[in-house]
Amino acid sequence: MNPENRKSGPMPDEKGHFGPYGGRYIAETLMPAVLELEDAYKKFSIMPKFQKELSAMLADYAGRPTPLYFAQRLTRKIGGAAIWLKREDLLHSGAHKLNNTLGQALLARFMGKKKVIAETGAGQHGVATATAAAFFGMECRIFMGTEDIVRQAPNVKRMELLGAEVIPVSTGTGTLKDAMNEALRFWVSAVNDTFYVIGSVAGPHPYPAMVRDFQKIIGEETRDQVIKQAGRLPDLLVACVGGGSNAMGLFYPFLQDDCEILGVEAAGMGIETKKHAATLCAGSVGVLHGSKSYLLQDENGQIKEAHSISAGLDYPGVGPEHSLLKDLGRISYTAITDAEALNAFHVLCRTEGIIPALESSHALAAAMKEAEKRPENEIIVVNLSGRGDKDLGIVTSFPATLK
Amino acid sequence: MGRIENTFKKLNEKGETALVGFVTAGDPDRGTSEKIITAMCEGGIDILELGVPFSDPTADGPVIQRSSSRAIRQGMTLAGVLEMIAGLRKKHEIPVIVFSYYNPILAYGNRRFYKDAVAVGADGVLVVDLPPEESDELTDIFDDTDFSLIRLVAPTTPKQRMKNIAENASGFIYLVSKTGVTGSDGLDTTDIRVHTDMLKSVTTLPICVGFGISTPDDVARMSKMADGVVIGSAFERTIETNIKNPDLPALIAEQTRAYKAQTGHP
Repeated sequence: MNPENRKSGPMPDEKGHFGPYGGRYIAETLMPAVLELEDAYKKFSIMPKFQKELSAMLADYAGRPTPLYFAQRLTRKIGGAAIWLKREDLLHSGAHKLNNTLGQALLARFMGKKKVIAETGAGQHGVATATAAAFFGMECRIFMGTEDIVRQAPNVKRMELLGAEVIPVSTGTGTLKDAMNEALRFWVSAVNDTFYVIGSVAGPHPYPAMVRDFQKIIGEETRDQVIKQAGRLPDLLVACVGGGSNAMGLFYPFLQDDCEILGVEAAGMGIETKKHAATLCAGSVGVLHGSKSYLLQDENGQIKEAHSISAGLDYPGVGPEHSLLKDLGRISYTAITDAEALNAFHVLCRTEGIIPALESSHALAAAMKEAEKRPENEIIVVNLSGRGDKDLGIVTSFPATLK
Repeated sequence: MGRIENTFKKLNEKGETALVGFVTAGDPDRGTSEKIITAMCEGGIDILELGVPFSDPTADGPVIQRSSSRAIRQGMTLAGVLEMIAGLRKKHEIPVIVFSYYNPILAYGNRRFYKDAVAVGADGVLVVDLPPEESDELTDIFDDTDFSLIRLVAPTTPKQRMKNIAENASGFIYLVSKTGVTGSDGLDTTDIRVHTDMLKSVTTLPICVGFGISTPDDVARMSKMADGVVIGSAFERTIETNIKNPDLPALIAEQTRAYKAQTGHP
């Protein structure tokens, strides 16, 4: 594919296709709802009233802009390129997810919907949806896999405190994929009055584009901040990719710039062990949860279990726009193991006094590897997409072996 | 004239509604599954929908989810489903629809699927998660044969969209009886009649109603409104509760006869 395609027009096209990816592969019952959502999004998102309300919420309630921080001690420890952190972990509710849930909940309110549902893996999107629902006084149900309920227990409590009902999903592997299956099933039965808040740049059109648009504020701020604080654009951007929303958010405003971009998937116990979640690095093209993209699947088209120490990356699919950007060669994708992510987690805790989410620790680990190889005058920006309080149970069950 | 059209024509002459039976292929195992579909044919179904098991059946309720898991564990694949159809074709002329999610077909290869499905004598395919917006990539491959992509219409489908769907449809149209997953409770006859009437105003193709139809009484009620009635989860429930029972095929045949007895027009 010609990289120039990227510049030939806005992505996605009218039917929600990013090149051969994306689209709307869903049951007919949901099609009218998805078409209604697309119309509503087009209509309301450009209204000054919508934009003004969203900007005000993001600033006064969520705490934007988040800082771009030069991690001097980390940079000195690694020795090499300068590592800067985009501090989405400081956003209200602890991760970048709130950018999107406030946007979608506001859209739901403009559409007159009073009930929202969401799927969640690590629980960050669940917490962010429950937060937005509480803010707007909406009824909220969160679907969460039973495996994730155990490993992300603090977030379950937080969702309940915020007034959401957490619905355990025990089918399949009891993780994010199964939670999304169940949320889709529930939505089919309640489609007339319920808004489905999808948490990643995945799902049927318009979700991948809409979620990217709500998250691109991360990259827009970063671009302004890095020019102001470092005097120029960065050489490399790094973010973790599960479904890929924090990554698209950071990367999107830089796609036309002359800088390298690296997406970091979860290699789990190692790609060669087959226990991983590295969809772009080791998957093949298929259709899951409403869009065409890279997937982890067997030769018969059955979806395979993903594995990652990080619940937010433990997903066998990925956003369609990432799939296209991989094919175009605009973004490189790599994968980081559970052990490497844990190491990066501890390094950041000790050097900077910041406890990162395990998801973000994957990005950090890849950035540390890159920094080591690069000269001191280069700038790397890492999206520190969330804070790690939710992960203490998992982290403390592994002995810290700092490299 | 293809088998589907022929079947509806004959039933119409007899004053009967089509009994459409769905089961997941390979549940509880391939051998038993072959006996089950034979029993359904002998019990009187008019059209067979043979389900390709998928790991993530988002439009299905718990009963068909579990049947899909059992079938996958037993090694059933799309290739296996096509082999089962070839086997059935040696004994029966019944129309057979492959019922699938899109990903197993995509993994098999759209062109290869079409060629092989026609070769084994399948009459069409129904792809749950392939709406008209995306279906060209499959139907563009279909040559001028009687092989149909069975289109779905839902209670949420507005009239103009129904019309567009019907214009591109062939074989029959599958009307989803309610918003919800397969096997869920509660049939609202009044509501279904609104949708069958609306659909009849935009198409002359036969209309088959499915989702949540489980008793012979349900079949009798739906027969008054539609040209066909689809039973799926109810068969799967019988399979699930009789997995080890050697009389399972006989029970399925008996259940089929009870439904078929209710398909005569009054």
